Amino acid sequence: MQNEWLYIGLFLIVGVALPAASLIMAAIITPKKSNPIKNSTYECGMETVGDSWVQFKAQYYIFGLVFLIFDVETVFLFPWAVTLNKLPLFAVIEGIVFILILLAGFTYIWRKDALEWA
Amino acid sequence: MTILFLIIAIVILASAVMVVTTRNLVHAALWLIVSLFGVAVLFAMLNAGFLAVVQVVVYIGAIAILFIFAVMLTRREMRGHGKPLNNNWWISALLSLLTFGGLAMLLSNWDGFSQTPADFPSDFDGVAELGNALIDPNQFVLPFEVASILLVAALVGAVYIASNRK
Amino acid sequence: MNLWTNPIQVIADWLMQIFTGWGLAETLASVLIDLIGIVFLVVFILILDVMLVWVERKVVARFQDRLGPNRVGPFGLIQPFADIIKLFIKEDITPEGADKVIYNIAPVLSVSSVLILWAIFPLAPVIIGVDLNVGVLYLVAAGALGTLSIIMAGWASNNKFALLGAFRQVAAMISYEIPMIVVLLIPTIFAGSMGMLGISEGQQGFWPWNWYVFLSPLGALIFLISAIAELGRAPFDLSEGESEVVAGFHIEYSGMKFGWFYAGELLHAFTFGGFWAILFFGGYNFFGLEKLGPLVSAAIVLFKAMVGYWVIMWIKYTLMRIRIDHMLAFNWKFLVPLSFVVLMVTALLNTLLRDAPTATFILSMFFSNVIIAGITIEILRRRSRSGREKVEGQASSGVKAT
Repeated sequence: MQNEWLYIGLFLIVGVALPAASLIMAAIITPKKSNPIKNSTYECGMETVGDSWVQFKAQYYIFGLVFLIFDVETVFLFPWAVTLNKLPLFAVIEGIVFILILLAGFTYIWRKDALEWA
Repeated sequence: MTILFLIIAIVILASAVMVVTTRNLVHAALWLIVSLFGVAVLFAMLNAGFLAVVQVVVYIGAIAILFIFAVMLTRREMRGHGKPLNNNWWISALLSLLTFGGLAMLLSNWDGFSQTPADFPSDFDGVAELGNALIDPNQFVLPFEVASILLVAALVGAVYIASNRK
Repeated sequence: MNLWTNPIQVIADWLMQIFTGWGLAETLASVLIDLIGIVFLVVFILILDVMLVWVERKVVARFQDRLGPNRVGPFGLIQPFADIIKLFIKEDITPEGADKVIYNIAPVLSVSSVLILWAIFPLAPVIIGVDLNVGVLYLVAAGALGTLSIIMAGWASNNKFALLGAFRQVAAMISYEIPMIVVLLIPTIFAGSMGMLGISEGQQGFWPWNWYVFLSPLGALIFLISAIAELGRAPFDLSEGESEVVAGFHIEYSGMKFGWFYAGELLHAFTFGGFWAILFFGGYNFFGLEKLGPLVSAAIVLFKAMVGYWVIMWIKYTLMRIRIDHMLAFNWKFLVPLSFVVLMVTALLNTLLRDAPTATFILSMFFSNVIIAGITIEILRRRSRSGREKVEGQASSGVKAT
């Protein structure tokens, strides 16, 4: 059990180290002839106006919220799904009720047009 | 093992300090991710694989992304150039010190530190146990269903507030 | 136990003898052996990744009635290595105003979020990094790190196109993650396990009837669609809408950093092709051939992954890009409800038919999916007809008014 996560940790370290090493190698051998024009922000030939921090649509945030709720919901369902083969019908219905309650809320926000990209 | 724990604890605490001291909101969100990832590593070290993965999926995959979305929604004037501390900082410092002292006092009387954890049987499957506990009428079936209602309330409330402003 | 039936264990034992012979402690030696295995696996994947560049270029050329790379080496096989040398010696430009640290972390995180998926990739029953009992969720967790790398790249570049592209991509990725997680529950239900080996073993048998694609064809389809969105490939490649945001989140990257984003995307597609094969197409099971030995199993899995990758490419080079509002509506108003319906029906039937004979079980699972698909298509047909009539009615009344 412990070794499993040790293995994942080692894998993560190697998976980060190899690409990072290649980037460092590339940084050593690449030519370095920078000038302000080359380093300016790319924008289809125009000079950049203002910084890149533009204000975004509120809709991104609403989709993020809906995603968060469903994410937590499905995480709850995983232990249920693992044991499902050994469960009585009653327990399966409990899980389905769990989903249906959330789908009812989902229908409500759908009707409220919260899912429109407008 | 202890050394690894200490390193991770230091990383978590240091990044938590960075979250509240850095001026740049996106940097604060990214430091928060480092801190949360450290907590996931702690869960993995405690053999709680399910919790470790859920920590990454929910906190890094959803909540941190939501924070970054929220930061991007702010207007330019709201991006702080002021001092990160206001005049009441010493009250919160006092309160957190008191909380820390209280916890330390309570924990010093607890005998759990000297006990060694029981060994798991070789076929122990924590996820399956959790699944059984969640739908067993004698255990957590009511909290399980109430969690769904709570999630619906959060969903409806958040969408209601957001669409009202529009 | 010999080299043919369990090669990894034999090599590990052999190394263990050598290391303990040098006087190393057993725990340290086992960590060292793990590390050697991981480095070998990662290097193998990266070489595979290099070859994927060639595969991708050759296949897209065939789709577009061209020849593709054919000058460097036989069939242009050396071409990707030439590409890499070029990427290595390109000048690396960090744009003005970029957040340097985050800008440099992003490409590394992007490729490592894909690499760590191979830690749980079962090439054979005895060739697997580690069979986590939360394997399916691990897949989702690694995807979360990938999302993070995109948002970091977009934000750190200090470029409006990059930020817009990153946000669109992230909105798409998190939206399509929901149907993906929901259909990931379906193999979990059938196998009674979240581990990749458990899911592969659940699909054993000479004939492929036990493959979960026959038990849940809709699940397999939804997984493919949401995997493509997760990859950010056409028709969901909004971040690379050339006419709008040029190259999207990696617009300011050059040289090897761009190379890692590109290689990461190809490897991601191949890896998801592989997981599609493992979760729904039997993993290493293929007409009993997997019994010949673990190396044959590994070849079967990689072949199936290549087929899955080919399907993803086929879709990419056939379909056109869709608009972001259509894309999110398709997810939230179609895929999410559909995937929950499929999940509930599957869970219910799985319990009701627990004692039924295998043939009945498979047939009723399959036909329940067919019925759900039929009803869905009928609902879509009615909705689109009423929508069309509404638009036509408005148009005709508008004509009358003028």
